[in-house]
Amino acid sequence: MDNATPVEAPGAAGRPHPHDSGRKHVTGEALFVDDIPAPADLVYVHAAGSERAHARVTRMDLDRVRAAGGVRAVITAGDIPGVNDISPTGTDDDPVLADGLVQFHGQPLFAVAADTMRQARAAARLATVEYEDLPAILTIEEALEEKSFVLDPHTMRRGDADKGLQDAPHRISGRIRIGGQEQFYLEGQVSLALPGEDGDMVVQCSSQHPADVQHQVARVLGLRANGVTVIVRRMGGAFGGKETQAAQWAVLAALAARATGRPAKMCLDRDDDMVMTGKRHPFIADYDVGFDDHGRIQAIKYMFASGCGFSADLSASISDRAMFHADNGYYLDNVEIVCHRCKTNTVSNTAFRGFGGPQGMVAMERVIEEIARKVGRDPLAIRKLNYYGGEGRNVTPYHMTVEDNVLPELTAELERTSDYGKRRDEIAAFNRTSPVIKRGLALTPVKFGISFTTTFLNQAGALVHIYTDGSIHLNHGGTEMGQGLFIKVAQVVADELRVSLDRIKITATDTAKVPNTSPTAASSGTDMNGKAAQAAARTLKGRLRAFAAGHFGVDEAEVEFRLDRVGAGKHEVSFAELVKLAYLNRVQLSATGFYRTPKISYDREKAAGRPFLYFSYGVCVSEVAIDTLTGESKVLRVDILHEVGRSLNPAIDRGQVEGGFIQGMGWLTSEELWWDSQGRLGTHAPSTYKIPACGDRCEDFRLTLLGETGNREGTIHRSKAVGEPPLMLAISVFQAISDAVSSLDDYRTVPGLDTPATPERILNAVNGMPAGPGKKP
Amino acid sequence: MTGKTARTEGIRFLLGEEARQLEDIDPNTTVLEYLRRVEGLTGTKEGCAEGDCGACTVVVAERSGDDGLTYRTVNACILFIGALDGRQLITVEHLQGAGGGLHPVQRAMVEAHASQCGFCTPGFVMSLFALTMNATDTPGRRRIDDELAGNLCRCTGYGPIIAAARQACKVQACQDQAGQEAGQPPAEARAQTEKRINQRLRRMESPETLHLKGRHGEYFAPKTAAALGEILARRPDATMVAGATDAGLWITKQGRRLDPMVYVGQVAELKEIHLIDEFLVIGAAVTFDQAHQAIAGEYADFGELIRRIGARQVRNQGTIGGNIANGSPIGDSPPALIALGATLVLNRGGGLREMPLEDFFIEYGRQDLNPGEFVQAVRLPRRRGEDGFRCYKVAKRFDQDISAVLGAFNITLENGRVARARICYGGMAGTPQRALACEQAIIGRPWTEETVRAGRRALRRDFTPMTDQRAGAAYRMAVAQNLLTKAHMETTNAEWPTRLVGKREAAHG
Ligand SMILES: Cc1cc2nc3c(=O)[nH]c(=O)nc-3n(C[C@H](O)[C@H](O)[C@H](O)COP(=O)(O)OP(=O)(O)OC[C@H]3O[C@@H](n4cnc5c(N)ncnc54)[C@H](O)[C@@H]3O)c2cc1C
Ligand code: FES
Ligand code: FES
Repeated sequence: MDNATPVEAPGAAGRPHPHDSGRKHVTGEALFVDDIPAPADLVYVHAAGSERAHARVTRMDLDRVRAAGGVRAVITAGDIPGVNDISPTGTDDDPVLADGLVQFHGQPLFAVAADTMRQARAAARLATVEYEDLPAILTIEEALEEKSFVLDPHTMRRGDADKGLQDAPHRISGRIRIGGQEQFYLEGQVSLALPGEDGDMVVQCSSQHPADVQHQVARVLGLRANGVTVIVRRMGGAFGGKETQAAQWAVLAALAARATGRPAKMCLDRDDDMVMTGKRHPFIADYDVGFDDHGRIQAIKYMFASGCGFSADLSASISDRAMFHADNGYYLDNVEIVCHRCKTNTVSNTAFRGFGGPQGMVAMERVIEEIARKVGRDPLAIRKLNYYGGEGRNVTPYHMTVEDNVLPELTAELERTSDYGKRRDEIAAFNRTSPVIKRGLALTPVKFGISFTTTFLNQAGALVHIYTDGSIHLNHGGTEMGQGLFIKVAQVVADELRVSLDRIKITATDTAKVPNTSPTAASSGTDMNGKAAQAAARTLKGRLRAFAAGHFGVDEAEVEFRLDRVGAGKHEVSFAELVKLAYLNRVQLSATGFYRTPKISYDREKAAGRPFLYFSYGVCVSEVAIDTLTGESKVLRVDILHEVGRSLNPAIDRGQVEGGFIQGMGWLTSEELWWDSQGRLGTHAPSTYKIPACGDRCEDFRLTLLGETGNREGTIHRSKAVGEPPLMLAISVFQAISDAVSSLDDYRTVPGLDTPATPERILNAVNGMPAGPGKKP
Repeated sequence: MTGKTARTEGIRFLLGEEARQLEDIDPNTTVLEYLRRVEGLTGTKEGCAEGDCGACTVVVAERSGDDGLTYRTVNACILFIGALDGRQLITVEHLQGAGGGLHPVQRAMVEAHASQCGFCTPGFVMSLFALTMNATDTPGRRRIDDELAGNLCRCTGYGPIIAAARQACKVQACQDQAGQEAGQPPAEARAQTEKRINQRLRRMESPETLHLKGRHGEYFAPKTAAALGEILARRPDATMVAGATDAGLWITKQGRRLDPMVYVGQVAELKEIHLIDEFLVIGAAVTFDQAHQAIAGEYADFGELIRRIGARQVRNQGTIGGNIANGSPIGDSPPALIALGATLVLNRGGGLREMPLEDFFIEYGRQDLNPGEFVQAVRLPRRRGEDGFRCYKVAKRFDQDISAVLGAFNITLENGRVARARICYGGMAGTPQRALACEQAIIGRPWTEETVRAGRRALRRDFTPMTDQRAGAAYRMAVAQNLLTKAHMETTNAEWPTRLVGKREAAHG
């Protein structure tokens, strides 16, 4: 089924169709889980969290909670019929409810089900809980010191880093701290559990990974997977935060439904959501780089330390992905990358768009900046000098050959179209005459590997029915979180069957329709589900073709699918008529489709192989201004060239690039997670956690999508994944801020700037600069 | 009086075009809860329940004159149900025309691909609806940003929404959908609809206090200062609520109950704003939005500060009286008002007293407000001569963020010397606080860098700021000092850009 030759994309694919739910979004008719009309007798579930970061629970008296008005059930670890664990990778370290030991501030201790949400919350406040404090490790630094890890470290190597460093004419070492990030999906975590016969459970959920929710609910309830059905119509945003993090609330809703025999809804309040669910991992990156007089890298050693929180969750793959992207687009000769996975008494961190990749890249771009300042050249020159090249400069630190690199071309193009050189001069001139406001400029590349690095996850299934009226029911394992997956896959199916899009009903992801699915993650949703749905559609088309040929007495080759019509020699019937005929002649009108990503294989023991089918590329120039008296910053202009292959839907892809960029900008600027000395998250609501607002999106924003020649790999219609990569384009914003600060001593010093570059960090960096011509007292 | 003449037949309002009368409802119910749980109207979403994300944005229409209506966006998640009395509530469910056609705003949003996950979308649609109803010309980018600053979108990056805003506001698009369907000229249809609604709302009006007393708690909405005074005298335990942009969060976030609740947002005297002699007198229940122009006309920087308080929805709802009475050390208007020498007028049963605003703030969490007393108005001295007032809000984000530090500088120069100085900071102490040592260090001295250095040093005696999630203590002090430097630069050196937003902006190009 793998089409090696490019497919022309007539019909539906390749067009900028609006999001399939666009109309329902604007009218408010699109139903999110909390909008589903409340079933009679619904109970609302609230989880009460620990008030300590690390402690033994010596007493938990819930009598007053049980006695409170409206309370129908109180659930503790002891009430769990099955297994009290929802660790997604079998590490057995993620309790649903803490059992005697609390490991982060806010960790759920017990749950209350009541007739109203206010009653459930009010009742939870009546608990008496006593603790015996244990020493808490709150930062990555402390964890490194104490050797507190959730998993073993991992190393990637090529060449001889030690020797390379010794031999290099120049050598710089340093550290950058990279902050985490809250997903801040607008729709909080939510699940609605409906109890059925045999103790079965149907769960309507906002999850990127219905199969995981299904298995977790079954395990915790002591059911088999076939007793649990999980349905996901749409999510109000997810960004990785609903890959493993949806399960706990689904499980608690199911436990409450089990305990009360009534439907149960668990809908996390924003503060609880931010306190109780995982975020992007913060990292520490230490680098030691050797390079020649021009700035070409000869050797590098990285020590990464990821802040995993109290449990492993997906930290293994996330930390690995940081390592996989510690080269970004650059050839690293003689390289050694180590990553420690630190255990801290904070919420367990998890997936977030980019999945570790962004942290690796931020470190790499800082290294480039270090080299540039040392050799006295524009960082862009250093970038171009170190890009992957041909033979001899095309193997990654994990021994995969880069075959599809387009960064040199993209960079040359963007440098020209963005007037990089001219603006560099203008900015220098501006900065000379402006003592308070300083401007900065940076161009940074993105090379992002596409595929799950856990190879077995690279599989997908689909189910397509054609009904006798010619209408089509489309289902697959991917979930819709706003990224436009559903419309893209529908476009693929419409294209395949040569029918109009409105013939296709896009249906909720449902574990009873397509089983054993992978999460919709790793940017692979369209690549995999598009292929699976295409396969199902091809099967149906093959059957219809064979039937039509026999029925009309022509060769199969003479059967032609035209838009909503089918021709067979001199006969032509409507698609619906053909379907009806096929049915009457007992042709099966339902088919499944399956896809497994080809070519990939990776040996983690050796840290070598081909973990990715291909890479996605993009480049971005950002210009910023900073206020050296307050540390405030503002993005003034952004130019992006991003490669999407032959786009299935350019409108959707633009949205992904713009939205990803702004999200990345927030990560690196205003979005600061702050814990106090007790391990309490201080930034647990939008009042204190600041994602970009409308005004932060600069007016001068120039975005060009590239890729008409198509992906060189045989992806669906030769498109390229677009979900995650654009987020990392925003590293140019961080680099531009650093550039603006660096202007203070005429670009000799790399500012001591960590991420996110909040006003406070920028001002500190400004104040830490050696006095130079541009610096004011 | 309230006991005898109070109106007890419930909260009366229009939900779209349908009349509602709620007698048996908990006054602590938010409009969002009411919509979603009572009416089953789930188009309006909850994203935060604290006024910060805009997913719950709805429009409240009020009578304007005898024919028209004004449309204001508000955050339904922190607005109490009683605030709807006598008003029309418009939600995303009410925008489509009778024939089911999309409103121009909705159509523009679909066409611009302005929704991805769609969860923020109804809120944006309502903000844009209000914008198209209120805009008299095609809004520029800044206006669009100001209208949308209170709506967060995590998916789109805003570009397509901005495009949709522009599209929807093109004159042709600003048509009344109903009129279009009825084949009438849009302006005429809109005028007719507004007149009709206006009249229906007028019939709901009453000069009497609305009083609810049921199994769910007690609620008063007086219409006059006298009635308010009387209620407070009888029920000193009552909690006053104006815009509820602070008080709403006590319920949604802290699980508190306000009972009895006294809504001051319909007290006529508190809603007035006027010029008396050398003063701008702003009633306690005047919203930020209503006060904005008058204040900006006197002091440009104060106007810019108000533009940056909360966002559109919060400014439509929140009041200056609430900002003061709340007593927060990080309320934005008090430092500016104090620097400008404003006084506060308090009313207790008709007896008035007036005090310098700075004296009202006794210490963190304690204000000079007696039981039964309420804030009536704030008196702001008008500008004399040139507008030398400087005020800077520093936060992590330019829009809808709480200040880490706010510095307000009212410095009068005579012959190059500092003749008078009133300097006040927010975020530096337990209350909004004047920098008296700093003032002393600069008064009488030539307005030079050296004097500024002395003022900077003195600030260390004035303040010992704290560290929290918004900023560290050292940063707060450094910024407080740098803002003095900035005020000096701006008053002595006109040519440099010194700001990233607002005037003296280093605009691109
Ligand atoms: C999303 C959001 C953003 C915000 N951003 C800002 C910001 O940028 N800057 C800022 O300063 N604030 C901000 N606030 C806080 C808030 O909006 C202001 O403090 C506002 O002025 C409060 O006014 P209100 O009318 O809503 O008061 P309410 O919440 O109704 O009341 C606040 C307090 O004042 C008392 N009160 C009200 N009126 C009177 C009266 N007449 N006499 C005596 N007591 C009275 C009440 O009893 C209560 O204690 C924000 C709030 C939200 C929700
Ligand atoms: S729900 Fe976020 S502002 Fe109301
Ligand atoms: S479209 Fe998802 S938050 Fe705006």
